Amino acid sequence: MSRLLLEVQGLCKQFGALRVTDNLHLQVRRDEVHALIGPNGAGKTTLIHQIAGTLASDAGTITLDTQDVTALPASARVARGIARSYQITNVFRQLSVLENIALAVQARRGHSFSFWRPVARDAALRDEAMGLLDRLGLTEHAGRPAQSLSYGDQRLLEVGIALATSPSMLLLDEPMAGMGPQESSRMVEMVEGLRGNVAVLLVEHDMDAVFRLADRISVLVYGRVIATGTPQEIRSNPEVVKAYLGGEDTE
Amino acid sequence: MKHGLIATLLVGLGLVALPLLLLASGHEFYLGLVTRVLIYALAASSLNLLLGYGGMVSFGHAAFLGIGGYVVAIAAQHGVGNAWVAWPLALVVVAVLGAVMGAISLRTQGVHFLMITLALAQMFYYAFVSLRSYGGDDGLSMTRRSTFGWETWWPTGGDTGFYYLALILLALALLLVHRMIPSRFGAVLIGVRENEARMSTIGFPVYRYKLLAFVIAAVLCGLAGILNVELNRFVSPSVMHWSQSGMLMVMVIIGGLGRPWAGVVGAAVFLGLEEVLSHYTERWQLPLGILLLSLVLARVAGWKLPGTARQEVQHV
Repeated sequence: MSRLLLEVQGLCKQFGALRVTDNLHLQVRRDEVHALIGPNGAGKTTLIHQIAGTLASDAGTITLDTQDVTALPASARVARGIARSYQITNVFRQLSVLENIALAVQARRGHSFSFWRPVARDAALRDEAMGLLDRLGLTEHAGRPAQSLSYGDQRLLEVGIALATSPSMLLLDEPMAGMGPQESSRMVEMVEGLRGNVAVLLVEHDMDAVFRLADRISVLVYGRVIATGTPQEIRSNPEVVKAYLGGEDTE
Repeated sequence: MKHGLIATLLVGLGLVALPLLLLASGHEFYLGLVTRVLIYALAASSLNLLLGYGGMVSFGHAAFLGIGGYVVAIAAQHGVGNAWVAWPLALVVVAVLGAVMGAISLRTQGVHFLMITLALAQMFYYAFVSLRSYGGDDGLSMTRRSTFGWETWWPTGGDTGFYYLALILLALALLLVHRMIPSRFGAVLIGVRENEARMSTIGFPVYRYKLLAFVIAAVLCGLAGILNVELNRFVSPSVMHWSQSGMLMVMVIIGGLGRPWAGVVGAAVFLGLEEVLSHYTERWQLPLGILLLSLVLARVAGWKLPGTARQEVQHV
């Protein structure tokens, strides 16, 4: 098995005259946390959309485990192992925390053209969902509506739903967005726990978190990856410093 | 849950005893009205499945009421008076047309979905208006009800026998929906209502599930249409006019969107009020409109009316 899991080649996306993704190349290894950084408007979220299949690409290919997934709709890509979380919390607000996770587990465990048997009686599904809630530290909130959780817990649930699809390639779009330092460290811990089991592509503005978590970092500027390397290499890359790190507050 | 079961049994017993009570008190006339309530309860319940649970705001649902009825009436005109032939034929036609209508309209969402279902339903309306050989604008009559072959011991040709037929079919349809909502399929339907975009990004091919829900709702409404034509021995394009789709929607809203009894409560309140108010005034829609307005405003204001709370927790 090769170390390479996700390969993006020559990916393009244009909105009107604006080239948001411009002939982009990116490789993610199956055992790494790969951070994607770049100034605002660099096209990070658009790239997540394109890889997840929630936005169609104009050109280029996306390959997962040597299989071309470029033409597949989002739901089929999830079945192949690509799952995403959202920058703006996008959970099932009125459903309970457990139901949020159980739905994602249900999507993976066979079809849902079953009309008579109550899903609540499916012990295997419920146990798996409860197990995941335990890992997220949300067990005590299982029965509460998702919208009643604290912001930090909602962010954890957001990532948890993606994890419940049992992905091999997890795309995290700013998981720490809007979090306080204490909540952030819970999220960092959780992502840390994924290393080696799931490949993670992490878009994040919190540089402390990025340099703590990332095995490798890619820097995105105007829709192109201008550099990829270890945190040390990125820190000392003059082009990166000029384009990004030097221009903004890095703390 | 216990409460719900007891209430259901009581209502069920009341409905079973109703024809005897009406007969004993000399109000047999009302049996026709109550049968109509049962039929519209079935139609509104089918819309509740789509609208209340699946969040799909279809404004063309009455089309299936008309199509189901017309197939039976047309079959009767060609000499097919056997219900075992005409009814399944009508349901198959409704399922196929429902699948076509759903396949087109479900490519869109929200207001666009509403407008396309409305437009497609109006196309069916005008198609039947222009079918001269089947009565056109004037509608189509049947000389007698379709027969099942059990008329000697269950006279469905008579008012009481037909009432029980409608009651049993409504009960079966409600049981089906009641089981469906907490099932895996129901969980998907509610997930779509709550957050369709997220449903695709956790791996559900949403379109397929929505299309199937659309067809199931169409078939249940088609069954109501069959009962409707058998009750009146008459069908006209007006049962599939857009205002009838609007009426079904009003019934579901009165009964409480996404509540198990929404269709039954809504149909009973709507048709009951229509009956009572039309004794006093020709403008019976005005008080009904005021009632609807107050109900909706009260719910927006967050008053705890029956039908306010959502209580479909399936996984816990």
